[in-house]
Amino acid sequence: MSLTAKDVAEILKALDASSFDTLELELNGVKLQLRRGGGGGATPVRTLAAGPAEPPTSPAAQPAPSTAPVEVPPGTVPVAAPLLGIFYRAPRPGEPPFVEVGSQVEAGTIIGIIEVMKLMNTVRAGVRGEVAAIAATNGELVEHGETLLFVRPA
Amino acid sequence: MPIRSVFIANRGEIALRVIRSCRELGLRTVLAVSEADRQSLPARHADRAVCIGPARAADSYLRIDTLVQAALGTGADAVHPGYGFLSERAAFARRCEEAGLLFIGPTPAQIDAVGDKLAARAAALEAEVPVVPGGAVHSQAEAAALAARLGTPLLIKAVGGGGGRGMKRVEHLPDLPMALDMAAGEAGAAFGDARVYLERCVEHARHVEVQVLGDGRGNVLHLGERDCSMQRRYQKLIEETPAPLLAESLRARLHAAALRFAARLRYRGAGTVEFLVDAARGEFYFLEMNARIQVEHPVTEQVTGLDLVAAQLRIAAGDGLPLSQSALRFDGCAIECRINAEDPTQDFQPSPGRVRRADWPQGPGLRVDTHIAAGSMVPPFYDSLLGKIIAHGRSRESARARLCAALAATRIDGVHTNLAFQAGLLADAQFARGGIDTGFLARRGS
Repeated sequence: MSLTAKDVAEILKALDASSFDTLELELNGVKLQLRRGGGGGATPVRTLAAGPAEPPTSPAAQPAPSTAPVEVPPGTVPVAAPLLGIFYRAPRPGEPPFVEVGSQVEAGTIIGIIEVMKLMNTVRAGVRGEVAAIAATNGELVEHGETLLFVRPA
Repeated sequence: MPIRSVFIANRGEIALRVIRSCRELGLRTVLAVSEADRQSLPARHADRAVCIGPARAADSYLRIDTLVQAALGTGADAVHPGYGFLSERAAFARRCEEAGLLFIGPTPAQIDAVGDKLAARAAALEAEVPVVPGGAVHSQAEAAALAARLGTPLLIKAVGGGGGRGMKRVEHLPDLPMALDMAAGEAGAAFGDARVYLERCVEHARHVEVQVLGDGRGNVLHLGERDCSMQRRYQKLIEETPAPLLAESLRARLHAAALRFAARLRYRGAGTVEFLVDAARGEFYFLEMNARIQVEHPVTEQVTGLDLVAAQLRIAAGDGLPLSQSALRFDGCAIECRINAEDPTQDFQPSPGRVRRADWPQGPGLRVDTHIAAGSMVPPFYDSLLGKIIAHGRSRESARARLCAALAATRIDGVHTNLAFQAGLLADAQFARGGIDTGFLARRGS
């Protein structure tokens, strides 16, 4: 089973009526995190998929930029890294990125790959809309929860 | 290989402790933090904190691949595992090495050699270090035969790990079969290894451990012993050095035994060889070796003037031991109290929450290792250690009096603590006299 927009709306209503500030729900690999007051961003669908035949180029052994809070472009939602690893925008070096600014995405659209010790994890948008900005740099370390890109929901 | 940047795969007070030594040595620090620890004091002190995953340790601090990837991706060249979590997992040390990262600790083979308690017993015997009479059992029949030879009371212990898990005490031989099944079940759940062994129960024994440093080339050094007999359900509460009321000849034999054991392994880094000591009979038995820095290491630092974490870093970098055995001086006595977020009136139930106020003691001869300040969060996901208060004095009595005064001056609001309970133990007449055994607290009653 999966969550529909209607389900989420119902859950939101239930959370609103409750005395809780946060709600975390995990169903068949779908993780929903809700926070009262709009503190957090959308959490993408987490799936563990087999990686591309050839791993992307090895990560640069340079310290990645520290994750200062990113400014959220108005009217967009951030898509956060579901796990720590090296972020790749394309399936393999030299190929076009999964998405660019302006790309239309569905919740299930793959927007990048995060590599953890040779294991490739696909990252999905988790939301339907248009890619407004790319926040993370190709080939660099992203932390758990770091913003990868922003989507303007449809 | 020189170290420039250290990745710390731990949290809490030990993370801050490692950061402090790294800073003094001019090393950059990268700290792994879970979502629950993003705002922690160590996270704010590290040169960089990197979020490795959700709060649950299994999803963050215990994820070998994620930690190694985070260390590589942040440009670290060495990994300090602290204590607990992955500090004694040979697989973690091995993965670090394979990735070209220096593991600040023993070799994977050494971790394996002391992690398997039966293998460690065998290694002790080979080093002519006495072990508690006992041995491996593979069946109920074998266990019954061995138990009959050993007599009661006896202990069933897990081969795969310590800390009291998988441990059962047997008073009467007919109880053995059921206790054996329970111990094996517990051990399997805790360590993924259901093997158990039997040991005669040494009554009225003290827990005395010897701190060692090895350079990995066969040179080893001891930094004296620590008495950690004040325990509740195998959890240490108060630790001190030197061990009080111990005959000098027995003390010297303990040091020599620890050195033989460590030298035979060509041990690398900081480690602790634990013994059960029957002071009245002048006998001692090897318990186990801990292949990591320990919670109670500060008491040793206070009397030796050495920085054990700095020594770990130097040994890992290949610089060898900090000094020779003959150059080592022991100055006075030091006692440490662990301050935990737990409620002694509710059977020591953990007490997580937001710390509203934290007044730690200050003054001559006092040291506080903590990660807690006013506003700090004590998450419910990890151990309840808030900090350690360590007092150093010329004599044991001056250290004890200093620690009593320090505890009285400490105030932690917002979570329950064992402060008052610990103050009561420090003031206890038997503890003040010195030389209590590990059964003291159980007999006294909490």
